[in-house]
Amino acid sequence: MTTTDVAMHMSDGIVNAPTSLIFGVISILFVGLAAVRARADLDDRTAPMAGLVTAFVFAVQMINFPILPGASGHLLGGALVAILVGPWVGTLCITIVLVVQALLFADGGLTALGTNVFNMAIIGVFVGWAVARAMRGIARRGRGGLLTTAFVAAFVNTVVASLGFVLEYAIGGAAGATTGTVFVLMVGFHALIGIGEGVITAATVGAVAAVRPDLIHLLRTAPRAARPVPHGEGTPA
Amino acid sequence: MTSSGTRSRFLLGFLLAALVIAGGVSYLASSSPDGLDSVTLHGCQVTENSAGEQLDGTCIAQNATEHATVSGPLADYSVGGAEHSVGIAGILGVVVTVLVAGGLFWLLRGRRSGPDASPRDDG
Repeated sequence: MTTTDVAMHMSDGIVNAPTSLIFGVISILFVGLAAVRARADLDDRTAPMAGLVTAFVFAVQMINFPILPGASGHLLGGALVAILVGPWVGTLCITIVLVVQALLFADGGLTALGTNVFNMAIIGVFVGWAVARAMRGIARRGRGGLLTTAFVAAFVNTVVASLGFVLEYAIGGAAGATTGTVFVLMVGFHALIGIGEGVITAATVGAVAAVRPDLIHLLRTAPRAARPVPHGEGTPA
Repeated sequence: MTSSGTRSRFLLGFLLAALVIAGGVSYLASSSPDGLDSVTLHGCQVTENSAGEQLDGTCIAQNATEHATVSGPLADYSVGGAEHSVGIAGILGVVVTVLVAGGLFWLLRGRRSGPDASPRDDG
């Protein structure tokens, strides 16, 4: 066995079957809702962008960065997709990544797919979106504000998504560690990973903003009536 | 329309970035267990042997079961288990992902090209 082991999501057997089933059902229902709600955010312009954002998240998730001796982390991508394509499309992006990884790359168990989707595609995306949305006033203020928003949203999405695993483990975790230990370790590791997530998210959002700020969902979705027409740019098709 | 020209270039750049990351930067990725794996391995000593990994001690990961598609051609981000094939596996993954996601989002999109755009932008 010399192949580098880059598996990174929950395996089968870590939480019991009923728990996997519950989170599987919740995830299917929520992803179905996301597919309905995403239609409003998808058009000829944003659909190709969303496809590429998905592939980009797949690529970046492969890059494990060191956080401690013997431990690494990788992007989850919740805040990144929420900021770029909105939360509903974003949930679909991360779900697609997780399905491709589980089916094609044996990364993340099949019965654990529901829990992995719940943690990363639902909690991660919507927590990231909630933070970014709350900071939108700052994000609109300029480049520094946008990067700060992206960093903070990504940091919070990572830590809170890790709590999803703690919840699942508390409900139906196999054995091997107490829930308290799992809580402390998960939050500790993911606070460090969250810094990397924040840097990657800020760099990516910053790169998109430098070229096509009009493609950033967070900056686009202001209440139209309340927004003064910005210097005659972007609106006419 | 010039904006569609820059858009194509932008999207192409995005795709290239994903391909370079998955196909090249992936060789630099850390092979240490990630945050979740570090937690599930907590309490165990991992020793590599001919049969794979052996976990001594008490940890969550001992309950993990073999992945159902572990014998698939791209399992564990390698092509047929070949060494140093993570980049090729990554490129294939990017291509599959962009086709699946792009196709799905294209089918899901609304008719119009935006709430404030004209019904058809190029006749």
